[in-house]
Amino acid sequence: MRYIGEEEIEDIATGAAILGAGGGGDPYVGKLMALGAVRKHGKVKLIDPDSIADDALIIPVAMMGAPTVLEEKACNGGEYIALCKMVEDHFGRKIDALMPMEAGGFNSLLPVAAAASMGLPLVDVDGMGRAFPELQMVTFTIGGVAASPMALADEKGNSVIFNTISNKWTEELARAVTMSCGGSVSVTLYPMNGKQVKEFGVKNIVTKSEKLGKTIRTLKQHGTKETLKVFLEETDGYALFEGKIADVRRETNGAFNLGTIELEGIEKYSGKKAQVEFQNENLLCRVDGKIVATVPDLVCIVDCENFNAVTTETLKYGKRIYVIGLPCYHLWRTKKGLELAGPRYFGIDTDYKPIEERVKELSDEI
Amino acid sequence: MRYKLGIDVGGTNTDAVLISEDLEVKGSVKVPTSNDIYSGIVDSIRQLLKANPIDKDSIFQTMLGTTQCTNAIVERKNLAPVGVIRLAAPASTGIPPMVDWETELASTVVDYYIAKGGYEYNGKEINSFDEDEVRSFFRKIKGKVESVAISCCFASIRNEHEKRAAKICKEEMGEDVHVSISSEIGSMGLIERENATILNAALYKVARSFTEGFQKSLADEGITKANLYLSQNDGTLMTMEEAKKYPVLTIACGPTNSIRGANYLCKSDDAVVIDVGGTTTDIGVILHGFPRQSSQAAEIGGVRTNFRMPDVISIGLGGGSIVRQRDDGSVTVGPDSVGYKLTKKALVFGGDTLTTTDIAVAAGMYDLGDKSKVSNLDPNLVKKAVSTIKAMVEDSVDAIKISSDPVPVILVGGGSIIVPEVIVGAASITKPNFFGTANAIGSAISKVSGNYEALVSFDKTPREEALENAKKEATALALKAGAKEGTVEIIDVEDVPLAYYPGNTSRIKVKAAGDLA
Repeated sequence: MRYIGEEEIEDIATGAAILGAGGGGDPYVGKLMALGAVRKHGKVKLIDPDSIADDALIIPVAMMGAPTVLEEKACNGGEYIALCKMVEDHFGRKIDALMPMEAGGFNSLLPVAAAASMGLPLVDVDGMGRAFPELQMVTFTIGGVAASPMALADEKGNSVIFNTISNKWTEELARAVTMSCGGSVSVTLYPMNGKQVKEFGVKNIVTKSEKLGKTIRTLKQHGTKETLKVFLEETDGYALFEGKIADVRRETNGAFNLGTIELEGIEKYSGKKAQVEFQNENLLCRVDGKIVATVPDLVCIVDCENFNAVTTETLKYGKRIYVIGLPCYHLWRTKKGLELAGPRYFGIDTDYKPIEERVKELSDEI
Repeated sequence: MRYKLGIDVGGTNTDAVLISEDLEVKGSVKVPTSNDIYSGIVDSIRQLLKANPIDKDSIFQTMLGTTQCTNAIVERKNLAPVGVIRLAAPASTGIPPMVDWETELASTVVDYYIAKGGYEYNGKEINSFDEDEVRSFFRKIKGKVESVAISCCFASIRNEHEKRAAKICKEEMGEDVHVSISSEIGSMGLIERENATILNAALYKVARSFTEGFQKSLADEGITKANLYLSQNDGTLMTMEEAKKYPVLTIACGPTNSIRGANYLCKSDDAVVIDVGGTTTDIGVILHGFPRQSSQAAEIGGVRTNFRMPDVISIGLGGGSIVRQRDDGSVTVGPDSVGYKLTKKALVFGGDTLTTTDIAVAAGMYDLGDKSKVSNLDPNLVKKAVSTIKAMVEDSVDAIKISSDPVPVILVGGGSIIVPEVIVGAASITKPNFFGTANAIGSAISKVSGNYEALVSFDKTPREEALENAKKEATALALKAGAKEGTVEIIDVEDVPLAYYPGNTSRIKVKAAGDLA
């Protein structure tokens, strides 16, 4: 057990933005909320998932809706009180702790703000270990945990909790409420007991984000090459490419932000070409036509100049970037995990192969 | 013949240029910036007019580009005490104003309050405006602040709440209080827009002193027939009256002016511009005649704002950068610099510090000062320093290009003598006449703009017709601001639909710009 204060929040924001694998948006607003809440209510207790009781009641908190709305109409700060009350009334018992749903952007830090203002501990665990675009894409689904009951609260004081017959209905009702409430709401779903959290959650994700953020902060003056080296050691990751963004082709398809990034190699990748395809998050990376990583493994992009995460909204011609591949949480590699978030789910015509194997094949060829 | 007088007050130098009505540069001077800035301006005008004797009454326009506002924020100097009110509750109370500001700068704000009000994305009210609540906050801060910043949720969609609060503020605190409202300052993103509005409010005294000082220094020099303008960060000009209201918009006009100045001097619509100063080098891009804009949020004095700034890479390399040799024989350049003390500290000027300027002289790239003072430098050291400088410039040029094809490069700025004649990645390198004062030239040739903004119901007026009307209105405003008939172009059109707002309504925002008449 340890505590999260202002410095930890800065580091989590930096680290989680990279683990968002191109998605999750800009963590700025979430960071401001967490900083404000910690200053007002004190530091947040972060607890090890293995130390929680099997029958503890744990709920993930997150924000749902359009990031542009959130950047303009920030939270009240009282939404979590409403959420917790509804869940507690529903189960007829107290909530023991909160947890994040995903790493990346706003949702990695909103739970810190919520835990601070509720005086509840935060469990060092989440449901993705990265960011994903759809509500059912959490490791809890692999474990058969239902999304319902789901509770929603807006900044005006409106709140609702519903029981649904399937996760698809949960998504549909939640979208309708979000629109009526003005485009963004705070939510909790997948309420779990301690045993489920321990079995299906992605453990130590907050610590991992923070550690990576700290590495980046403390190594800044040594240059990004050194940062990259330590970053890869800490994540068991692979440097997939170093290049300049030569083109970004975007398409819009309903709610998703789709596209392909074309990269021209620099430094030791000079003369090579790479592509990264994305749908909110980065889905796969190809180097000279050969796939080197796919979802659910993480394809992360960072700026060569400052090692900041480059999200799919901030892609820009001429930016020099590193493409880094990180192995996903092991549950994503199960049959059920790949059905939920494997390459074929995203319309990519290839079978999933762990990044370790793909990188090894590549080095064997050379 | 009539003339334009362009002045750029930088941290190190004050530049002045004289440009004829038909846009030919007649002359330029560079003098050290003075502490009070005014004597530097006066000095530059005197020297310029001494070298180019003309009838002072023939100067019909003067333009000033200045870093005064940036410096005031960075140095936390002369900032006015500010009161902040945000109209958004119950939304946004989770993020109080200035939560991530550095303490000293945040102390500029005496008091803040988040009041009921604000809008949803679709223009619906989050909460109704509570006049009594707003009035009582203004009563509370009356006498404690000189300036007020008002922000509001989705103010860029609708700004009635902000305008009502501004009216009440004047009623309660008197006409003398300075009021800044966020819808007139920035675009989407509540916190960034509010930050910029607070900075604007804090700068009103600085704005008053430099606008009045500028007017006075011109009057003292007998230039009484000219209209006065200030450069703003989008490369257009504003009047003195506007500058007093929106001083924060003058921030970071420097890179924009030097890019536009370089563009004018070389008549090149697409090029990379390298502007080498005394301490830093800014590398930017001209795209279709305008500076390429950055997609990143701009920070001013550590405060995040949502201004669109030119996409510029700044590196710690300038004419005054200090050159050192390490024990292992390797050579470092900058990032520290002797700055404005160059003419005292550099070896060629009899000083004791090895600078990039000394290297340029030793390498025979430029003739300046006393060459003999650098004649005994180790040729190997000079060679290594030149290649370090070359590599620094080449890396940045490569990083800012959009493709690997070589691009034309324009070199400007007083320190550009240190850049070698061959740069990998450059199709050509042009160092135009008057390269040292491109900033002031950029300021002098800037356009004036007109901004039109309205909520339009497309049910009443079809979209095409509404946009046409808005373009006409913006053009009329640009003409009113002093643009020449026939030169006005529409440079930006924004059309934000207000979904679920009655009558299929959109917020239309059009910017037109033209040459000064």
